[in-house]
Amino acid sequence: MSEPLVVMKDVNKHYGDLHVLKDINLEIGKGEVVILIGPSGSGKSTLCRTINRLETFEAGSITIDGKELPQEGKALADLRADVGMVFQSFNLFAHKTILENVTLGPIKVRKTPKAQAEKRAMELLERVGVAHQAAKYPAQLSGGQQQRVAIARSLAMDPKVMLFDEPTSALDPEMINEVLDVMVTLAKEGMTMVVVTHEMGFARKAAQRVVFLADGQIVEQATPEEFFTNPKSDRAKDFLGKILTH
Amino acid sequence: MGELLKNYDVWGAIWTTIQLAVLSAIGATVIGTIVAIMRVSPVAVLRGLGTSYVNIFRNTPLTVLLVMSVLGLAFILGLSFSDDFARNAYWWAVAMLSLYHAAFICEALRSGINTVPAGQAEAARSIGLTFSQSLSQVLLPQAFRGAVAPLVSTYIALIKNTTVAAVIGVTDIAGLLQEITENEGAQLGIFFMVAMVFVVLTLPLGVFGTSLSRRLAVKR
Ligand SMILES: Nc1ncnc2c1ncn2[C@@H]1O[C@H](COP(=O)(O)OP(=O)(O)OP(=O)(O)O)[C@@H](O)[C@H]1O
Ligand SMILES: [Mg+2]
Repeated sequence: MSEPLVVMKDVNKHYGDLHVLKDINLEIGKGEVVILIGPSGSGKSTLCRTINRLETFEAGSITIDGKELPQEGKALADLRADVGMVFQSFNLFAHKTILENVTLGPIKVRKTPKAQAEKRAMELLERVGVAHQAAKYPAQLSGGQQQRVAIARSLAMDPKVMLFDEPTSALDPEMINEVLDVMVTLAKEGMTMVVVTHEMGFARKAAQRVVFLADGQIVEQATPEEFFTNPKSDRAKDFLGKILTH
Repeated sequence: MGELLKNYDVWGAIWTTIQLAVLSAIGATVIGTIVAIMRVSPVAVLRGLGTSYVNIFRNTPLTVLLVMSVLGLAFILGLSFSDDFARNAYWWAVAMLSLYHAAFICEALRSGINTVPAGQAEAARSIGLTFSQSLSQVLLPQAFRGAVAPLVSTYIALIKNTTVAAVIGVTDIAGLLQEITENEGAQLGIFFMVAMVFVVLTLPLGVFGTSLSRRLAVKR
């Protein structure tokens, strides 16, 4: 096993009385692709979002590449630049063109010269197949195209790890694959990824590990093959029974 | 009518009204933007201060603020802008009009910021933009679009509210109207003229606002 890039130690979080994350211990190696799966409300999004501190947590620690997550301010912003995040609802900047969406981070955060940032952005847009849309605004693109732009926007920062929170659940069925294909390629190229998804095909093709979460706890971890064909815990069996009947 | 124009400094009064409006609009915009930033900042203490500011100034009548400034702050505490009575009243009027309307500017901007989906702010933070970069690059440019209509309403209200300055002896148009009415008796013509001055000052603002929000809307 490669040395861990993300290490979560005894992470606990509450929303008021609700204990959403219970003693989460999770290590993610360099180049590893980990799927987070579990029932609705089990805390998948929350776990994902604590990794770049979009959510705070009360106890425990999270380190990325050996560095503890800073509390706030410039240090936190710097660390977030190294952690890409792709959201269910794309969240492209509506007032900026596709190209500007991708160059904003490199120019403002990495201080890359504009021409160089644009050249790189065009390469990335090419790679995710939306280069010909570079001058348009997000609202003019389909959901699948917007999500691929969002991936390019993250990649432009050269992140050490990328978080995906249900990247395909807001998409029409015919657009899901165009996004998953991009993600499979990324995985093959060695990107470290944490992916919240119920797409089993993707999990089997791209992931090394499935982490099953229920009620804020990690209940079971296994390879995709093993988890989907031979789950150990009753919670996982029950859950898989429900999603497989659809 | 012509007689009045000769005996009273009508143009001077109009000019004073315009000065009050422009200076207070600038002051209110600067203070209002700062308070709005405080209200959306990640620091709880700043948010609290911003909220208190809005609650205090938005809920106190402007007349009370003005009278309190000249009588309370200037006479009792000795906080004067100038030894000249008229100058002092003028600057206190600008200060209080600014502080009062800043609360409304703040809320207009904040309602604009709230029209920007929260996900975009999270996306901005997750690519490593700092709070001020997220604000200037992502939130404010879009907030402005949603804020145009309430901002225009606030500026129009501000222009009309400059008339309250007459209460503390500023010789703007309202002050002049008072003076003429006292000396010459009520005259329809002069009321009409004062009303026209305000229509001329506020109407273009409304037209400008409408065309601006239309222009900003197409860009999406
Ligand atoms: N901001 C919040 N305030 C209060 N409770 C919250 C908040 N966000 C999430 N929760 C609660 O925390 C729990 C975990 O939420 P989370 O979004 O992490 O679940 P999830 O596993 O991602 O679910 P889903 O599959 O529906 O996206 C849920 O019970 C949810 O209602
Ligand atoms: Mg979720």
